[in-house]
Amino acid sequence: MESKSDAFVRIATQTRTTSASPSVVDYAIEMRNVNVYYGAFRAVKDVNLQIEARKITAIIGPSGCGKSTVIRCFNRMNELIPGARLTGEVLFHGKNIYDPDVDPVQVRRLIGMVFQKPNPFPKSIYENIAWGARINGYRGNMDELVEESLRQAALWDEVKDDLHKNALALSGGQQQRLCIARTIAVKPEIILMDEPCSALDPIATLKIEDLMRELARDYTIIIVTHNMQQAARVSDYTAFFTVDEDRAGVMVEYGPTNQIFTRPRDRRTEDYITGRFG
Amino acid sequence: MPLRSALTRQIGQIQDELLVLGSMVEHAALAAVDALKRRDAKAAKEIFEEDQQINEKRFAIENAILILMATQQPMAHDLRQLAAMLEVNTELERIGDYAKGIAKITMLLGDADIPVPVQEIDQMAQLAVSMLHRALGAFVAEDVPTALEIPKEDDKVDELYNVVYRLVVQTMISNPETIDLANLLMWVAHNLERMADRVTNICERTVFCATGELFEVNGMDEDDLNV
Repeated sequence: MESKSDAFVRIATQTRTTSASPSVVDYAIEMRNVNVYYGAFRAVKDVNLQIEARKITAIIGPSGCGKSTVIRCFNRMNELIPGARLTGEVLFHGKNIYDPDVDPVQVRRLIGMVFQKPNPFPKSIYENIAWGARINGYRGNMDELVEESLRQAALWDEVKDDLHKNALALSGGQQQRLCIARTIAVKPEIILMDEPCSALDPIATLKIEDLMRELARDYTIIIVTHNMQQAARVSDYTAFFTVDEDRAGVMVEYGPTNQIFTRPRDRRTEDYITGRFG
Repeated sequence: MPLRSALTRQIGQIQDELLVLGSMVEHAALAAVDALKRRDAKAAKEIFEEDQQINEKRFAIENAILILMATQQPMAHDLRQLAAMLEVNTELERIGDYAKGIAKITMLLGDADIPVPVQEIDQMAQLAVSMLHRALGAFVAEDVPTALEIPKEDDKVDELYNVVYRLVVQTMISNPETIDLANLLMWVAHNLERMADRVTNICERTVFCATGELFEVNGMDEDDLNV
């Protein structure tokens, strides 16, 4: 009998091969009427958001607008917070990832996450990559997987002679790229990034941004950032969130980044991105 | 204190400098035509040389805009405003060049015996400068209705251009020896007509600055005719 995990992966992979059509926009994931509650408090209100595949979508907005909450909804990370509850749907290849027959572990394999602070395991560089793959039952050539993942994360040339060095000896920027390599190694479709550069210096930040552009050839990326210039530099689409009168996060405007940063339609977006509110 | 008040103040300062450049250019255009009317080659030479000040002002404004863009990361309306000012700055400098060109023609004409259609040329200059003055006011105020109205006056400038053209051609026909010098008068009319076209470009930037929409306000300009 097919397990929950197998069923979810099968649905995901089946639709993955049939959804690509040049004339129709290929959406990687979609939120429909999503509300998120922490206990009685509604943190995010009525979000409808379609994320285009193999593009970078940035979520921006002032503190407390629900950016991180929203990004965590894309791979059921909010469930790990006691009292958190979601209504609405998050559709991945047409399947609601919150359906009871979906295994959240499989969701998080297909929709990986890179966090604000680099969080490598206190193990070797090699083991940081191999561990996730091994847990997920990877049976191929592990050396090849490690090299491929590190190359994709633009880290291979810097660490190829030190693969068995402790990952904690790497610089902050290298650690973050290692975390990206670790995410890539389990072959996700979507990579979520929650303020991935906020702990990095400007040069390491630009390296991650260049890397994101490379990764967007193969992966869909959703990034939460406080840095508007970063959103403007790196993303294809931008969603602006703010807080409404009930202190709930609401999406004000969503569109191509080029339009949002030159001709925003909503006054609140204009005020925020020109730095006059926030 | 409102957020980004320093940026707002700096944009305002550049806008003030742009208006100063505008008034330098207006003065140059009217003075150049006045020198032509009076056939005052000495005054024309001064106007010709003063164009250097217009050029320097233009580069100073451009530099200030680029510094703000590089250091302040302007977005949305701020960005459009700075980009539009960059464009208007260039248009003003070019209008200054037209004035300089008219001054040079006055110098070339010297006191040669050739009839100048003074009245029509003066009308063209008054109209073009009036359009420019109001266009700069509309630009600063982001007054879109006015910016859309001003380019319509370009037709009057074109009509005057045609009158000057006919008068100059008549001069050429009646006295072929004047052809070379009369041809210079054609260029005077051409420069004034182009001034009005540049005003239309300024009006387009006003609309862009206010709305984010980029389009040609008044259909056709000289570049279209050259296709």
